[in-house]
Amino acid sequence: MAISFLQKHKVIERNVMLLMVFALLVVAIGGLVEIAPLFWIKETVPKVDGVRPYTPLELAGRNIYIREGCSLCHSQMIRPFRDEVERYGHYSLASESMYDHPFLWGSERTGPDLARVGGRYSDEWHRQHLTDPRSVVPESIMPGYAFLADRNLELPHIDRDLTALRDVGVPYSDDDVKKAVADVLTQGDFGDGDKAELAKRYPGAQSRDYDGNPGRLTEMDALIAYLQMLGTQVDFKKAAARETAK
Amino acid sequence: MTYEALRLFADSWGLVLMGVAFVGFVGWAFRPNSSAATHRAATSIFEEDQADG
Amino acid sequence: MNRGDNAFRGVDLDDVVTRAGGWLLLMFLCVSAAGFAADTGFAVHMMICAAAATIAAFYTLRQIGRAPEAVRPDRYYDDVIRWGVIATVFWGIAGFLVGILIASQLSWPIFNLGLEYTSFGRLRPLHTSAVIFAFGGNALIATSFYVVQRTCRARLFAPALARFVFWGYQLFIVLAATGYMMGITEAREYAEPEWYVDIWLTIVWVSYLVVFVGTIVKRSEPHIYVANWFYLGFIITVAMLHLVNNVSVPASWLGSKSYSAFSGVQDALTQWWYGHNAVGFFLTAGFLGMMYYFVPKQAERPIYSYRLSIVHFWSLIFLYIWAGPHHLHYTALPDWAQTLGMVFSVMLWMPSWGGMINGLMTLNGAWDKIRTDPIIRMMVFALAFYGMSTFEGPMMSVKSVNSLSHYTNWTIGHVHSGALGWNGMITFGAIYYMTPRLWARERLYSLRMVNWHFWCATLGIVLYASSMWVAGITQGLMWREYGEDGYLVYSFAEVVAALHPYYVIRTAGGLLYFAGAIFMVWNVWMTIAGKLRDEAPMTTAAFDPAKDRPVVPAALGATPLPLAAE
Repeated sequence: MAISFLQKHKVIERNVMLLMVFALLVVAIGGLVEIAPLFWIKETVPKVDGVRPYTPLELAGRNIYIREGCSLCHSQMIRPFRDEVERYGHYSLASESMYDHPFLWGSERTGPDLARVGGRYSDEWHRQHLTDPRSVVPESIMPGYAFLADRNLELPHIDRDLTALRDVGVPYSDDDVKKAVADVLTQGDFGDGDKAELAKRYPGAQSRDYDGNPGRLTEMDALIAYLQMLGTQVDFKKAAARETAK
Repeated sequence: MTYEALRLFADSWGLVLMGVAFVGFVGWAFRPNSSAATHRAATSIFEEDQADG
Repeated sequence: MNRGDNAFRGVDLDDVVTRAGGWLLLMFLCVSAAGFAADTGFAVHMMICAAAATIAAFYTLRQIGRAPEAVRPDRYYDDVIRWGVIATVFWGIAGFLVGILIASQLSWPIFNLGLEYTSFGRLRPLHTSAVIFAFGGNALIATSFYVVQRTCRARLFAPALARFVFWGYQLFIVLAATGYMMGITEAREYAEPEWYVDIWLTIVWVSYLVVFVGTIVKRSEPHIYVANWFYLGFIITVAMLHLVNNVSVPASWLGSKSYSAFSGVQDALTQWWYGHNAVGFFLTAGFLGMMYYFVPKQAERPIYSYRLSIVHFWSLIFLYIWAGPHHLHYTALPDWAQTLGMVFSVMLWMPSWGGMINGLMTLNGAWDKIRTDPIIRMMVFALAFYGMSTFEGPMMSVKSVNSLSHYTNWTIGHVHSGALGWNGMITFGAIYYMTPRLWARERLYSLRMVNWHFWCATLGIVLYASSMWVAGITQGLMWREYGEDGYLVYSFAEVVAALHPYYVIRTAGGLLYFAGAIFMVWNVWMTIAGKLRDEAPMTTAAFDPAKDRPVVPAALGATPLPLAAE
């Protein structure tokens, strides 16, 4: 019995199809066993209050962040170490990136972590820093992004982006999709849209002119809008109070 | 299927199954009487040098 | 070439016109897509595709009036391998150059040139893809076609499809590279190309699998040599990884932007399952296939232990696939997955060293070859670096080490000791082995020049790796340093400033490595040109072109065609 079993294995060595099937099984099962559980994780990780989908303007800014490869030098994942928490803020929660398609945790810190950069600096600082990084941080080795301020934000298709995101599970309503273009203008303080109504659909969304150039809605507006919301959705002061009460 | 069940499977039976299969493959490589076959396989890439073309 | 009715009888006119028509139709579709494109980047890409389809149509039509390709079952099909060697050298130079440019950018930001197209964020994926997929990928495709024919003693299956694989893969590279410069990216490391480029690569990759497996199926040698196992494992696993990791929904079918099907934690785990196994199967399994053929051939002795190579194969693919989560230590990924990733990464050390020992011990009894044969020296050095980086990797995947090394330049140093030392050196060795054989030359133009290449590259790697190790540990320690007052000592900007000298040394290391590669370009160029450098001879593996042939099945006729000195 054992001998015939061993001789059967000789067949694998000589049969390319069998070899392929075995190799594929090995790699596929290994991956499945490890990855599959994560796709049921929604059951065990409760949604944290405050985490909401990106507004269309923030999404446009995020897409610029992706386009320029910012995530190659800036992580967005604070690890639970004392030095990181003191330097960057509360460690990152899984639910904070639940609407991130794709995730932008990054793998390098050539520049600092940006998971909670929102609200840390003024819009003016960001504008200056993105235009000429070394004018505000002399040691910086970041490239300049002055062209963002000179380029109008292209937005005729932003509703398609929301639809695509809805297809992969982000809970945008029909209303959100329909008003996507208008929302971009409203949040960028362009025209006279209803900012309160926008903030009702996207709690905490801040509407203002981000790039210091009220006459234009530029890529700079979108990118700063995105940076200024990063890590601001969860109110950790409330959570901290509850933790100490326990 | 729940996350807990799958996760438990991943670091118990899933692991064991992969481990057993792995030991099987290693055992097969070191099975008795395989040395002639492996020697032939290892030298097969030099066969052109002995053949008459 | 005798023209006349003979030539026309060979080429099927209907067939040629049909195929050319197909390419022209594709060209028309691409131009239309460019016209209706949702964004400029997509339009540019569609025009590139249209140009490629036009060239394909042109070359298809050019067959009319020419003698058909001679079917010579008694010869290996090496055209596509010759192109592959040239492409490997070409993309290597391009990838190294971009590497030097981005290393300079981190040393002196002025090298960003003030243009969006040349800023670090856009060029970094250009560098990684150029060296991994263009240089490494072409080397893998070319060597796998070379090895599978020689070990199976069979002519390549479906040469036309193999030509499609080669040119289709070059189109993939061009689309990916131009896309990065225009800012078209999925932001997934080493899987940056957007959805339509991914679909194209899938078509090319499946064709690659068909050619490779087809050749194995028609082999004359009963046993499938172990190098082919590694190549096969690499091809199918990369296919699986590529398909799963790139599942996304395009915002527009005529636009370049798409959104990943996964989000947050799931997306991170999927991406690093892909990312780590891109290293494990593209840069390790595939290149081990190279190692298991070219090292024994160059050393002129069989692999040390064939049994060990089988164990190496199964344990490598068993363990590698689990190791991905070590890229996500201490993140929001559940702890059990991190621990699994760590345990498997540490276990991975064993097969890796088994493989290294197997390769090195092949020289047992012929160690003098390291002194006398510069190509063997290159290969041995590659194995030594394979061993070094596969020891370092498991160490860095231990959570406590990772807490220091993660996010720092230590990772960059680790990657490059593997990439420059292992992947680069074994590829150079394979190119030096194949070039005189593919072009039927007596020997390389210059073996001494291989020596110069070796020393430049080695010195470059030493500078690169050591500067990045020091930089990484410096970074990790400075970030977490507390003063006696209980506050963090250094601001982030101070740490950036402290790294400047290491970034400069790294750039110098890259330049040296590049200088070595220039010697290779010269050497390969002159070898192809048929020149022999007048120099004191050195030893290298013998080669008899008359014996480098497939076994011709008796049915096809026993009269061998005369060898042409191509």
